[in-house]
Amino acid sequence: MKILNPDLKKTNTEQVHRNWTQTAAFLCLRLSLIVVFLILMVILYDITKKGIGVISWLFLTEAPRTGMTEGGIFPAIVGTFYVTLIATLVAVPLGIITAIYLNEYALQGRLNRLIRISLRNMAGVPSIVFGLFGVALFVQRMGFRPSLLAAGMTLGLLTLPVTVTAAEEALKAVPKSYREGGLALGATKWQMVKSLVLPPAVPGMLTGVILGLSRAAGETAPILFTGAAFFLPYLPDSPFSQFMALPYHLFILATQHHDISGVRPLAYGTAFVLLVLVFMLNLSAVLLRYRYRKQIKQF
Amino acid sequence: MHNFKENAIKYFFMANGMLSIIILLGIFYLLLSRSLPALQNVGLTNFFAPGYWNPTAYTTPQYSILNLIKGTFMVGAGSLIFAVPLGVACATYLAEVAGAREREVLKPIIEILAGIPSVVLGFFGLVVVAPVIAELFGLNSGINALNGSILVGIMALPTIVSLAEDAISAVPQSYRHASLALGATKWQTILRITLPAALSGIIAASMLGMGRAVGETMTVLMATGNALAKPSSFFDSVRTLSANIAIEMGEVPVGSVHYHSLFFVGFVLFMITFIINLLADVIFQRYREEI
Repeated sequence: MKILNPDLKKTNTEQVHRNWTQTAAFLCLRLSLIVVFLILMVILYDITKKGIGVISWLFLTEAPRTGMTEGGIFPAIVGTFYVTLIATLVAVPLGIITAIYLNEYALQGRLNRLIRISLRNMAGVPSIVFGLFGVALFVQRMGFRPSLLAAGMTLGLLTLPVTVTAAEEALKAVPKSYREGGLALGATKWQMVKSLVLPPAVPGMLTGVILGLSRAAGETAPILFTGAAFFLPYLPDSPFSQFMALPYHLFILATQHHDISGVRPLAYGTAFVLLVLVFMLNLSAVLLRYRYRKQIKQF
Repeated sequence: MHNFKENAIKYFFMANGMLSIIILLGIFYLLLSRSLPALQNVGLTNFFAPGYWNPTAYTTPQYSILNLIKGTFMVGAGSLIFAVPLGVACATYLAEVAGAREREVLKPIIEILAGIPSVVLGFFGLVVVAPVIAELFGLNSGINALNGSILVGIMALPTIVSLAEDAISAVPQSYRHASLALGATKWQTILRITLPAALSGIIAASMLGMGRAVGETMTVLMATGNALAKPSSFFDSVRTLSANIAIEMGEVPVGSVHYHSLFFVGFVLFMITFIINLLADVIFQRYREEI
């Protein structure tokens, strides 16, 4: 067959070239994700491999002994539990009410935009700055001294943006028809919000609460000066006592201890427990979100 | 009566909604008022004069934060050098190439990475990455700005990926369709149409990553060595603004000039991140509106 268009052959090679470029480019992009995956795996593998051997019933239930070179991390686990609990008690009501205001009550005006900008900006405030804020406000001005309460409230404010964002997402997922139906039947705004919008949004909000929890549990910088203690042989007995916390304990064992290489296994064990704790929280949030999304789709 | 209750609830919610504004203003006010005694004693210019940070010197204490600022930006910039290309590549793949099912498997990787506490990453840098760096470059210690940059980069990566992915996904389908209809390949469309259209969003994402990197505390505290000398290369140990506060705040006598100057360091750090974040936010929102 006679080729009518002499350019046709050229176009074909160009086509091949273009396809080849695309394949190579996509490969590079995929490679970048593989790199990130490998980074993650190396971190998890290293900490798990060297940390899991340290874990025993005693490690989880005993206090540190003989200058923190032996014993376990029980007070740190308890301290992290308490401080996270206080943070949640602060962040959850404030976060949910803020979300309800932004999504149900606020007019799309200047104030609304200002609040949103502040929230996004708050999420970007360095955690150490929150620590200083906590020192100035809770420890000194309010007179809490370094304590569970001061540290918990600092962490609560730090996690507020996470909670608001998640709670708002949950409210947005509730269909508009719910609200219109309620109002059409003569319900007031608050009646409508309380009995029609909030109930289906609860699981979604719970996701946000758990995400906030996991963020608070892992933070170190904000509690450095607001209540975390180097070493305490006893458990905190009131909101005004100081406490040990897992992330701070890891920091101490890794950098501040007099026998750093000697306590390295303990540091790995602590890191492992902290990772497991945070991942369990994140995983439950993901599972909850997954189930909840399925449910919402059925509406 | 009913009306009164409704209004009370409304205003209660509104007051609560303004909490974030109050907290931001409160941080600004408290940090500034706590640093005023230091500003009066040391003088604003001395904080930015050439010299060192050495408030506990026996004869003449020095309060220059220039080296701290330099250290902060070295680690911040160093982390972005690899976190931005890597993050944008990941975001492009997730938004444009990966199928729905593939994305559902890949996205948790980024989320898990975001969930790792910074103190754990710092620990990892200290015990695993630093020795590798020392060996690779023949150094005595790998605890330096490079180590900090790598770890802070990992820390900032999830922020960059998820925001850049948002920005890329926000580019209207019609752009892509038009390009494909003209005979461009998928890759040509991504490279010449989608990515340029999303550019300002990607820049905003990178800036927010920078904001995170500059404010990061525990990772740099554990991974960079915290030396006060003037850093000249990435193999030097550096101290950042955030690490400086973390190291000294616990031991300083309350009410001393040193104590108040640490609040000033915090104030400077707050202002730097605030400006970066605000700029990024403005760019991002404008991009969203345009698209």
